[in-house]
Amino acid sequence: MIIKEIVDIVKADVLTNYNDGNTELKYGFASDLMSDVLAYARSDSLLITGLNNPQVIRTVEMLDINAVLFVRGKVPCSEVIELAKENCITILATEYTMFKTCGLLVMNGMKGLEIDD
Amino acid sequence: MTDRFLKRYSYNITANDFMSAGKGSSSIKSNLKSLGIDANIIRRIAIISYEIEINIVIHSFGGKLHCDIYENKIVIVSEDIGPGIKDIDMAMTEGFSTATDSVRELGFGAGMGLPNIKKYSEGLEINTGSTGTLIIATINL
Ligand SMILES: Nc1ncnc2c1ncn2[C@@H]1O[C@H](COP(=O)(O)OP(=O)(O)OP(=O)(O)O)[C@@H](O)[C@H]1O
Ligand SMILES: [Mg+2]
Repeated sequence: MIIKEIVDIVKADVLTNYNDGNTELKYGFASDLMSDVLAYARSDSLLITGLNNPQVIRTVEMLDINAVLFVRGKVPCSEVIELAKENCITILATEYTMFKTCGLLVMNGMKGLEIDD
Repeated sequence: MTDRFLKRYSYNITANDFMSAGKGSSSIKSNLKSLGIDANIIRRIAIISYEIEINIVIHSFGGKLHCDIYENKIVIVSEDIGPGIKDIDMAMTEGFSTATDSVRELGFGAGMGLPNIKKYSEGLEINTGSTGTLIIATINL
């Protein structure tokens, strides 16, 4: 799924955009726990989160993830936006809850990750 | 390739400083990029060093994070002053955490860090006691 489709599906605001428009985000990974994101998320995924602090951006930076979608109407704090700009990370924000956001994205074809242990 | 030592990058890590946490690992990541190391290996090193850095911020009174470059391996070393890890076997178990609720609200404390470090490194040594913790994680090139 490309950023533009995600924006349309969850009626997201685009706060920063470093995507070339064609980059495919194959998977969605939703969590407020950065520990779990670090343990499981792949780099070709969109991180969907309700957590609003700079560690969200640090976490995706380490994982080479380049797009984050904030849910529940969270307005990312200025530190988050600054760090995202430094690291060329696309930031989206939606009013929808985590559940509704994920449901809509899955219905429209976004895949979840398999945890292989 | 031999295990000849090439250079060390070092960072001071402050306890409880969530605004700056991750700066050291971020800098390690960009240094490794400029050395031309493979992106998948850099990703593994970044995860390891960030988990270690966050642990220093959350669980210790402060410490140092080092990234040692050898011809054939990268070694992430941390030394902190703090209470140490009480029971290493428990700490290595997925889901075990002594983190407080305020740490959980910040997105950490799932007890995944040390198991994750083990998963992504080829060697992990932990030396811990009542005055602090030394961690040495090795990633082969
Ligand atoms: N540097 C350290 N100093 C003292 N105790 C530590 C240190 N690092 C880890 N520990 C102890 O080991 C436990 C497990 O660490 P681990 O990194 O696996 O989980 P966590 O930090 O609690 O949560 P997460 O890493 O998922 O955010 C910690 O809860 C803590 O009790
Ligand atoms: Mg940890």
